[in-house]
Amino acid sequence: MLLDFFITLLKVLFVLGVTVGFFAPILTWVERKQSAIMQDRIGANRADILGFRALGLFHIMADGLKMFTKEDFIPRGANPVLHTLSPIVALIPAIITFTVVPFGGVYDLFGKEVNLVIADLDVGLLFVFAIASIATYGYVIAGWSSNNNWSLLGSMRTTAQMISYEVTMGLTIIGVLMVYESMKLTEIGAAQESFFDWGIFLQPLGFIMFLTASIAENKRIPFDAPEAESELVAGYFTEYSGLKFGMFFMAEFIEMVTISAIVTILFFGAWHIPFITTASLLSLFDFLGTTGSNLVVMLIHVGVFFTKVVFFIWFQMTIRWTLPRFRYDQIMDLGWKILLPLSLANILVTGLILI
Amino acid sequence: MEQFIFYPLSLMCIVFAVGVIVNTSPISSAVSLIGMMLGLAGLFVLLNAHLMAILQVLVYAGAIMVLFMFVIMLLNLKGDDEDWKMRGKNVLLASLSGVFVVTLLFKIFGDGFSTNIGKPAVLPETFGTTAAVGELLFTDFVLPFEVASILLLVAMIGAVVLAKTKLN
Repeated sequence: MLLDFFITLLKVLFVLGVTVGFFAPILTWVERKQSAIMQDRIGANRADILGFRALGLFHIMADGLKMFTKEDFIPRGANPVLHTLSPIVALIPAIITFTVVPFGGVYDLFGKEVNLVIADLDVGLLFVFAIASIATYGYVIAGWSSNNNWSLLGSMRTTAQMISYEVTMGLTIIGVLMVYESMKLTEIGAAQESFFDWGIFLQPLGFIMFLTASIAENKRIPFDAPEAESELVAGYFTEYSGLKFGMFFMAEFIEMVTISAIVTILFFGAWHIPFITTASLLSLFDFLGTTGSNLVVMLIHVGVFFTKVVFFIWFQMTIRWTLPRFRYDQIMDLGWKILLPLSLANILVTGLILI
Repeated sequence: MEQFIFYPLSLMCIVFAVGVIVNTSPISSAVSLIGMMLGLAGLFVLLNAHLMAILQVLVYAGAIMVLFMFVIMLLNLKGDDEDWKMRGKNVLLASLSGVFVVTLLFKIFGDGFSTNIGKPAVLPETFGTTAAVGELLFTDFVLPFEVASILLLVAMIGAVVLAKTKLN
């Protein structure tokens, strides 16, 4: 009982450390650096400590310091309670989603089975969607409570866009559920041990549509009409400053990690290495004993999983700095007239093949 | 142990439910309603109905309330709107719902406290899981399930027809 609690606590700390502690700050730097490289600039390299620049990594600290010390401004006529509540509502769901995301398989450590997921819920995948749908309110209320027309327009665009793409997302995963016959993310991950069982081979169309819809859900370029700097100043978070703005910023980056993790589990073989089964990997390290070999394999699997996650983060950033922003009506057309019929067709074809 | 979770959750539901009625601005009312639905989802989890809880969040708190919010923002309803202020003065609606609530309370206090509540039944292993609920829906309750889906389809077609400006 106490041991289980301790193990869960360790997993929670690990997930928090990886998302909030590592990915969220480091990605602000990666995004600047990658955009600089892609646009042939030198990029973030001004912040220094005693002339030592460390590739611009000190910008993370400079950013944090700035956000902490900036004045927290609530505009006149705004609703102070909702204005403060919305960044929290936007950020917390992004982190909570990770409770059902497995970052490795099941390992036999010291005679105890350790499952590398915080909560292995029966409703796994639905939980992700339920939590994501709560996050919408953060963005909706942010714009409304700011008492600013740009913000309100940004919020309305957010609502319309997130509702539209949630439909596509929900329908695409039905194909995945049909193939793997489970809603548990751990079981879907475990079912992809063999290379040709990976979701991308069984559901190629589903993969493309899911990735598109999730980038749209995260409101990143090319789907960033809700914040559209050139049209709406900054959309729904125009009136936010300091750490509240920072929370929206962090929510976007953590959501990027979440999307990459979910795509990895559903379509990219989760923690498995192509053509190498867990059993053969275990026998390779057999000389270390049960616990030793399991520990090594666990570390390898977690490493493989996060390598894939990093790949998808890189992919999303490349898209962000390659494509221009879509117009609002184009986004709606893509969602309702192309992705929705395609995802329905995907379910139909998957069903026909399975029968 | 369960009661430590049950009472705070119930209190949360009641506070938010009162908030829906008392708040003067439509958006604050809507936010309270979302809070109440999240509390309800928590109560479903306590009853081992995980799927129901998730669907409560996903469908009611997530999808339907977002549309409510969208409409409120689209019409830009503010707390000082005339129609919105008038809602307190609808005598017929107020008295009808009053009668309904009083009867319900009477029934609860009359029957609920007189019956002897025994021990809770032992739950089967698969209770409340997606597979178990799905199986029930497609075997014992297939007729109501299909009827409900036809009803939804009719509502959907109706909405499309209403939204169309030009009819051929």
